Amino acid sequence: MSAIENTVENLRETFRRDQVWPFLAPTQTKVNVDNQMILYVEGLNLSFDGFKALNNLNLYVNDGELRCLIGANGAGKTTLMDVITGKTQCDSGTVFFGQNHNLLNKDEAEIAQLGIGRKFQKPTVFEEQTVFDNLELSLKTDKGVLPTLFSRLTPTQIDRIDEVLKIIGLAKHRFMLAGALSHGQKQWLEIGMLLAADPRLLLIDEPVAGMTPQETEKTAELLTSLAGERTVIVVEHDMEFVRSIARTVTVLHQGSVLAEGTMDQIQSNKDVIEVYLGEEAGESEVGEDAVEGENA
Amino acid sequence: MRHLIALCCCLFGLLSFSVQAAESSQQDPFLTELAGAKFKDMVPILDQLAEIQGEAILPLFHTLLGGDLYYIKADKSLVGQFDEQGATVYKDVFNQTLVPNLSKRDVKKIRVNNTLRGYLRNAIAQIQLTAKSPKVRESAVRELLSKLDADTVALIESLYAKETNNKVKEAMGLALSMHTASSTELTLPNRLVAIERLSSSLEGDARNLLTTLTKDENPAIVKAATSALEKIAQRANRFAFIDQLFFGLSLGSVLLLASIGLAITFGVMGVINMAHGEMIMLGAYTTYVVQLMMPNYIDYSIWVAIPAAFLVSGLMGILIERLVIRHLHGRPLETLLATFGISLILQQLVRSIFSPLNRQVSTPSWMSGSWEINPVLSLTLNRLYILAFALLVFFALVIVLRKTSLGLNVRAVSQNRNMAKAMGVKTHWVDAMTFGLGSGIAGIAGVALSQLTNVGPNLGQAYIIDSFMVVVFGGVGNLLGTLVAAFSLGIATKFLEPTTGAVLAAIIVLVFIILFIQKRPKGLFPQKGRAAE
Amino acid sequence: MTRLTEWFSAGRSSGKHTLPFVVILLVVSLLASGANLLLPEDSALYVSTYTITLLGKYLCYAMLALAVDIIWGYCGILSLGHGAFFALGGYAMGMYLMRQIGDRGVYGDPLLPDFMVFLDWKELPWFWLGMDNFGFAMLMAVVVPGLLAFVFGWLAFRSRVTGVYLSIMTQALTYALLLAFFRNEMGFGGNNGLTDFKEILGFDLQADSTRVSLFMITAFLLAVLFVVSQRILSSRFGKVVLAIRDAEARSRFIGYRTDRYKVWLFVYSAVIAGIAGALYVPQVGIINPGEFSPINSIEMVIWVAVGGRGTLIGAVIGAILVNYAKTRFTAILPDAWLFALGAMFVLVTLYLPKGLMGLYAQMMAKRRPRILEESAVKESATKESEV
Repeated sequence: MSAIENTVENLRETFRRDQVWPFLAPTQTKVNVDNQMILYVEGLNLSFDGFKALNNLNLYVNDGELRCLIGANGAGKTTLMDVITGKTQCDSGTVFFGQNHNLLNKDEAEIAQLGIGRKFQKPTVFEEQTVFDNLELSLKTDKGVLPTLFSRLTPTQIDRIDEVLKIIGLAKHRFMLAGALSHGQKQWLEIGMLLAADPRLLLIDEPVAGMTPQETEKTAELLTSLAGERTVIVVEHDMEFVRSIARTVTVLHQGSVLAEGTMDQIQSNKDVIEVYLGEEAGESEVGEDAVEGENA
Repeated sequence: MRHLIALCCCLFGLLSFSVQAAESSQQDPFLTELAGAKFKDMVPILDQLAEIQGEAILPLFHTLLGGDLYYIKADKSLVGQFDEQGATVYKDVFNQTLVPNLSKRDVKKIRVNNTLRGYLRNAIAQIQLTAKSPKVRESAVRELLSKLDADTVALIESLYAKETNNKVKEAMGLALSMHTASSTELTLPNRLVAIERLSSSLEGDARNLLTTLTKDENPAIVKAATSALEKIAQRANRFAFIDQLFFGLSLGSVLLLASIGLAITFGVMGVINMAHGEMIMLGAYTTYVVQLMMPNYIDYSIWVAIPAAFLVSGLMGILIERLVIRHLHGRPLETLLATFGISLILQQLVRSIFSPLNRQVSTPSWMSGSWEINPVLSLTLNRLYILAFALLVFFALVIVLRKTSLGLNVRAVSQNRNMAKAMGVKTHWVDAMTFGLGSGIAGIAGVALSQLTNVGPNLGQAYIIDSFMVVVFGGVGNLLGTLVAAFSLGIATKFLEPTTGAVLAAIIVLVFIILFIQKRPKGLFPQKGRAAE
Repeated sequence: MTRLTEWFSAGRSSGKHTLPFVVILLVVSLLASGANLLLPEDSALYVSTYTITLLGKYLCYAMLALAVDIIWGYCGILSLGHGAFFALGGYAMGMYLMRQIGDRGVYGDPLLPDFMVFLDWKELPWFWLGMDNFGFAMLMAVVVPGLLAFVFGWLAFRSRVTGVYLSIMTQALTYALLLAFFRNEMGFGGNNGLTDFKEILGFDLQADSTRVSLFMITAFLLAVLFVVSQRILSSRFGKVVLAIRDAEARSRFIGYRTDRYKVWLFVYSAVIAGIAGALYVPQVGIINPGEFSPINSIEMVIWVAVGGRGTLIGAVIGAILVNYAKTRFTAILPDAWLFALGAMFVLVTLYLPKGLMGLYAQMMAKRRPRILEESAVKESATKESEV
């Protein structure tokens, strides 16, 4: 009996008039940010072999915000980014981009096409291609196979690339192979690639690692200028840097949010002080090293 | 009555003539009579011989049955023709002493026809029935099963009560039951009981008899025979299943031997060694060379060959690692190509040294033959030994990896190369040793393989793809996975073969693994945790 | 004229070789053909038909090398299964040629090829239907390898099988096909394969003119495929392919469905291999399961490695050079060829990772020290990033 009922129910569900079949639905709909919220992360759980990398994590990010994520190694920052960008599957929980895009059933490419850009801890650029090509590949265009095969650079696109080149200060090196750039320049190029894609949400993992103080300052400037129009989430260990850019800071600890607020609030938060100065800090520090090695 | 006399003579013969025979046989007048006798005259002569000499005459009968009995034209004395290292020689049938200076022209063959052969077989069996060794007696009974006549049954019946050995007795009982079951003149209940008793036998002759009985006029007999046959078929099926399982396990053990070396090198270094098959081949050739060097000690050669093969292949592996693979670190695809080049060179090298033809490696006597469990199930000893050997090597390797410092280093490097380096592990040394170990085990696999197949330059090629499949299927860097994968692939192949044929079975298994890897790229037992990313 | 040059040299890096290559290829082929057909046999410049066939064979191999290079050199996927695509294309052509024999076979059966009569088959298996039509057979020569590549690639790339795993899977695929084609029951002539061809499109296969035509067609198609591949690889599609080779994860994170790119490139490459196989069979006159053997597929890779992967011209040069060496070697020192081939594998991977084209580029760079400096900077930078 119930089987038949189920079938009927399924059929009814399939032919609901108020809905479109998934394969007929337009693939890209605008991100719905009516509630001023662009990222909803709720009840996220993920464990590796019994180690809880994410533990019932909840995080909400406003549209246009610049958010800093801090926390000891192994607190789950990078893992969280992996889940948001589709690299890692989580055990349970929900991640929504705007109100209408469930990120958990999408793969990396789809998520990227929705307008979520990601910068890795270790800069990854296409070393065998020129700086210009790197940016061209990142442009916001149709990234299907056939359109890519027959695409040609439009003047607007060239202008956009030039603009980005100017922002990241690599205009002189546009025809240099990306592999020949210095470490800091690669960091910039990677940020430039994100910019060229014109994303709504940027996830940036340790942007200033290996940068000189001047470069760091420039990066801080760039990131603050991006916020407003785009949403930026930055993971960083450099507290000086975080202080210089952050309006809201979220502290992660053992896979869940420990505290959230302005830098001053965080620094006076009891839990944070306890975690950072208490005995647990040393322990998690050790556990984290192994994790970092893996992710790299 | 005649048989009783014959029996007495035989017994007598056992006591006295066996000692005398060697000296007296040449003088026996019947023996010279045999030379040049016509077919129809031979049976009485042979009868006489059997009655007088008993067991001692068996060598003569066997030689005659084989068609190798000759007589010397000059003095009509009998000799056997033997083949010794390609040359034809003549020996005394009884004491195996060489009769010198005889050429083919000096002798004449004593010819036998089919009637005579049948007679000889029967006579031999009759003599053997009363032999001292229970084994001889048992096989004699089984020999007789297919040609039971009233005389043999009477003989067996008379011996049955006196028989002390259980196995012989069982066989004799079977013979008697068969006779009872087939004799129409006996009463029905007796026959039915006999048929019932036959249902517990797996002997082919008993089955043939039952099959003929299913066409009997008496419906009761037909029914009993049919149900007995069904019972036998069920048991036979069970044993056929075990037989198949054994062959699967045997193939699995070969795959295991061939692939654990690969599992180590691939697991630890992430390097695919396309020359792995050639390491196996080198091991097999080492066995061949060892046997060449100690032709008189073939039985012991294997104990020299195993360490020798381990050393030869292991050293070759270390050489390859030092000269080539080390320089290609972090470029797995290039390593694959370079090692493939090495495999070509090694194959051609062996072809140049030993010729492209296959070489035969002899099996030590203690490994040949088979373990006959019952008439439908016998396990070949060499496969049994190799199965045990593969498991032994496997567990030895597990112990090496678990308990020794080399093992600790190897595991450390395979799990996190950079961290191991930072902790002061000499990764270069570990790489070389790992490669040596993996290749050495391949060499040992070669020793085992040489006992199963011919040794040729392409020996390794045949196993390389299968070994990769095993490693990939089992999960890289996981020895237990390799074990499970090797045996499951071996068994699956052997169970597919009867229905699909060998080639199609191989294809099905390959396609299955290709599809399996799509679903689980990390194999059956993937390395877990974030380190596996 | 200038526009034409522009079009040909659209690709910036290796594209500059395209026009000279095409011109040289076509001119040499034309000259060789002319020397065969127009000159008398005793002329010093006469090119024998044997040589023409040999050259045609080399060009087929060059095409095959092109296919391997496209997938390996440009996308980093080491396929050890291209022999299979080549052979499948060859079998499609072989089946057509078999059907063309008609009743001239040994058994004189108008419909069934000899081996089927021999196996006592009564009717043509379904997959032989339509193969007497040249157009359909040629369609199959590209569709079958393409389809196999699509199915395999779709399964493999979607589940992110990469690196040596993928190489071994492709080798297993070839091996499975090898075993299958050895079976008589498959209906492809078993061990002996397909041979004893008589004519193609009504032309006698043994005639000089047919041989020369086949050779010219091969040269022409090689030129066309070379140019098309060059265009594809210098388009943005080609850049994405390079990006996938160097940093696949990054490519995914900027929105490219890398699996789809890889599948289509794999299919394209397989189709080229199929075409090469189809051209190869009428020239050598036989196709048998030996073409599926894993060693063939690996040998193709070494042609590309010798010439220089990642440059189409390198693949072509490598294929021709290695096969010329093979022809010479097997004639003079048959036993030494495998030694030489094996040594080539080792030495090229160890000392010449970029092949002859890499060597050439290095020499050019030495002539212009400025570029040398740049590459030195690049090298140290890559080393840094490796650390």
